[in-house]
Amino acid sequence: MKYWLRRIFRKQETEHQLDSELRFHLEQRIAERVETGETSEEACRQAHIEFGGVEAIKQECRESRRVHFFEVLLQDVRYGLRMLRRSPGFTAVAILTLTLGIGANTAIFSVVNGVLLNPLPYPHPEQLITLHESKPNFQYGSISYPNFRDWQKENRSFASMAIFRSSSFTLTGLGDAEQVRGYFVSSDFFPQLGITPVLGRNFRLGEDEIGAAPLALISEGFWQRKFGASKDALGKSITLDGKNYTIIGVIPARFGLTMIGFRTSNIYLPIGQWTNPLLPQRTAGLGIHGIGRLKPNFTIARAQADMERVSANLSAAYPDVNKGVGASLIPLTQLIVGEVRPFLLLLLVAVGFVLLISCVNIANLLLARSTLRKREFAVRIALGASAGRVIRQLLTESILLALSGGILGLCVSSVSIRAILNSVSSALPRAGEVTLDARVLGFTLVLSVISGIAFGLLPALRLRPELVSAVKERVLHSGGRWSVQRTFVVTEIALAMVLLVGTGLMVRSLTQLWNVNPGFNSHNLLTFGISLPPHMTNASPEAVRSSFRALEAELNSIPAVKASSFSWGAVPLQGDDEELFWMEGQPKPSSPNDMNWALNYVVGPDYLKAMQIPLVRGRFFTAHDDEHSPLVAVIDESLARRFFPSQDPIGKRINLSDQEKPAEIVGVVSHVRQWSLDDEDARELQPQLYRPFMQLPERNMVLAAGGVSVLLRFKGQSPGLVGEIRRHVRHLSSEHVLYDPMTMDQTISAGLATRRYSMALLSSFAALALLLAAIGIYGVISYFVGQRTQEIGVRMALGATRLNVIGLVLGQASRAALAGLLIGLVGSFALTRLLKNLLFGISATDPLTFVVVTVILGGAALLAGYLPARRATRVDPTVALRCE
Amino acid sequence: MRGMDAKSEFLKGTLDMLILKVVALGPIHGYAISQRIQQISKDVFQVQQGSLYPALHRLEDRDWLEAEWKPTETGREAKFYRLTRKGRRQLETEVRNWEQITGAVALILGTSE
Repeated sequence: MKYWLRRIFRKQETEHQLDSELRFHLEQRIAERVETGETSEEACRQAHIEFGGVEAIKQECRESRRVHFFEVLLQDVRYGLRMLRRSPGFTAVAILTLTLGIGANTAIFSVVNGVLLNPLPYPHPEQLITLHESKPNFQYGSISYPNFRDWQKENRSFASMAIFRSSSFTLTGLGDAEQVRGYFVSSDFFPQLGITPVLGRNFRLGEDEIGAAPLALISEGFWQRKFGASKDALGKSITLDGKNYTIIGVIPARFGLTMIGFRTSNIYLPIGQWTNPLLPQRTAGLGIHGIGRLKPNFTIARAQADMERVSANLSAAYPDVNKGVGASLIPLTQLIVGEVRPFLLLLLVAVGFVLLISCVNIANLLLARSTLRKREFAVRIALGASAGRVIRQLLTESILLALSGGILGLCVSSVSIRAILNSVSSALPRAGEVTLDARVLGFTLVLSVISGIAFGLLPALRLRPELVSAVKERVLHSGGRWSVQRTFVVTEIALAMVLLVGTGLMVRSLTQLWNVNPGFNSHNLLTFGISLPPHMTNASPEAVRSSFRALEAELNSIPAVKASSFSWGAVPLQGDDEELFWMEGQPKPSSPNDMNWALNYVVGPDYLKAMQIPLVRGRFFTAHDDEHSPLVAVIDESLARRFFPSQDPIGKRINLSDQEKPAEIVGVVSHVRQWSLDDEDARELQPQLYRPFMQLPERNMVLAAGGVSVLLRFKGQSPGLVGEIRRHVRHLSSEHVLYDPMTMDQTISAGLATRRYSMALLSSFAALALLLAAIGIYGVISYFVGQRTQEIGVRMALGATRLNVIGLVLGQASRAALAGLLIGLVGSFALTRLLKNLLFGISATDPLTFVVVTVILGGAALLAGYLPARRATRVDPTVALRCE
Repeated sequence: MRGMDAKSEFLKGTLDMLILKVVALGPIHGYAISQRIQQISKDVFQVQQGSLYPALHRLEDRDWLEAEWKPTETGREAKFYRLTRKGRRQLETEVRNWEQITGAVALILGTSE
């Protein structure tokens, strides 16, 4: 092994050594002869005669060494490079095609690798399981604090478990007042993820209990921004919603957990610090979810069984509140990447198709070229090369091409992937973890070599029987070649068809989704959060109400504002909140799970105007539905259907779980999509209940001072609207904080982001496939025309019209296209079924998509065939006849 | 080898065996190998350079010999060959084969008419 290496890399040295060795022998012989008394000239002459031809011996020495695989390879590579340089046009087209094909594959694979294949950046990520409470209306509902504590104590399958709940706080005392995002977490949250603070410490056991001292962890970014990364930050206090918390640690910036319900934030407080009065209630659904770490060697199934045991015990211990409550477990990895997985795999398949089409195209080019090079091979064979040797040479050339394309593709994708990832980071979990690591490099290498063999092998093998006879033949009439080329074209069209149909179905799904009526007018609708000055969280309910009234008046005084409404509770497509009720005249059910559940919208009188939700019956709220007037409620058609079937709900009264007195239903509005545009109907909880904002129970009114949503309909294009609103709010105080402004269209667009980006990529892949297929057809039909020049000339000399000639050529093109379309159609029918779960509003065999794709692809095929056909009609019969 | 058909595979193998045997005695350069074979065989074998060097390179290529450039007693640098472990095993097999063949040949020749 070491020997051939040395020989390849030190060829000159080997030659030199051979030379010295023989010279040494000669000199020794001369010296010996001189010793026996010969003159030095005579000795030299005799020795040379004796020795024989030095060059011949050297050659024999060289030949006595076996020719090594790698030496041949090196030779082939050198020869191949020379051949590729000699036809720069072909080489450029082939490498460009491969760069695109392999580059796109590398890019998509690097995303698949970073997002789906690489383990999450936590120790033993397979042990991390997200925890949810299952209850009648929600399979993955929020966990109540007391239940969590019992789960923690009684489970036997988790090494640790923790809960978290998002929140936002008004930060004061560090520059301007601002709204910061944060989470309430329990003590094990960071330790079980393997996150240790860069400074200070994590929360300790017991520090997360209700009533413990107010402590805080801050993010590294926040620490740098607000404290200049000073160590003195430890022990300092920060003021959130007017309350002081002692900083005990800094969470490293590398902590990047992003999933449904969690994204990294600036502030983390112990869950026990949450002042929500419902926290200690076992029935409260407060948006708390959990993560646990399984004990080593525990499976999720075993943990699920264990949690069922725990839940059964809790249901027995608290039958009135915990009946039907269980635990749902989802692996953390699945929760993080489960949603994008099918899209990524779809894209991977799509780029695979593009590469396949590229390979077929290049195989076609190679086939045409190998015909041209037939003489070259014949000469080599005549000089003693075996057919296998020539085929090996050809394969080396094609792999060289593929590797060049692979390297360039790698460059292209490494440059573009960052830019693309930055723009899709909101829609792609773990986008920051995507890199070109060893696995991606290996993938590209293997893919390149396989492509090289794939497109090189068939043309090389086709050559075999022809190689021997080529010397004798002057002209090649290879009907066989034409049939291979046609097979290539048919394959290409079939592949392109499947890809185009898949893309078409996905694009149609996206348009269907965009056109889904959410039940309100999402255009010209702005949403934002706003909090009253921090001291208002300690003020009386009356003061809070009047502060909100002033704010409402201020907002409505802005000229661009058509209508605005506060909203507490659920906001369509943004966040949910539930309220429990039971019918008037019935006893209060002992368990909340025996009450009726509804989505809870606590809104102002202009809500319908702002949202443009149609009123179906009765009336909506007015400014008079306030804290002094009797309680009223408005319901949606879904609630009316479910709880007041075949009766008029207007005038009926219901008991609300957070109110002392019953509320009278005064109106019915149409249903609004709360959950999402695509799987709204799959959600169990549909009934919707509206209540006047000013009738919010007093303790909630005070909580609302910490932040409510505003829904605001504006006129026309209002680019400076948010700034305008901020200026107006400043009239009231500098301590109001406006945060998270977003138009409803942006919300919808963000909700469809995964789909939108996938569609954009998928569409460009499909376009590329279409282009490649068209180029393939063009090349093959051009070849056909070139071969038939003479025939066409004869036909035209015998009176064939241009139309006849075009017909002849197009006939060839369309026959191939038809066969391809037919096979593609069958393939599409078979394969698009796999897409079923990704489609929306259309079937996997949507006729419109199939028809449009067939027309587009057929049209492209005919166009690609027409160009050479037109050239054929320009054939001058005299020239054509003379050319043989 | 003088006087014999050097192309014959049988003799090529014999030359290889002789070289291996000589080299087995200790590191030695090409010129000395030819001298040794001539001496030991009492001038029966005179190895031609045209056979010796290709044979040496063939044996080196098969990893039966390894070579090293070292100064001779006279101070000139020369390429010294040495037997590898693989080469020693090869020599043993070849010697065994040779003994079998010559033994068999002797048996046949030894039979009286």
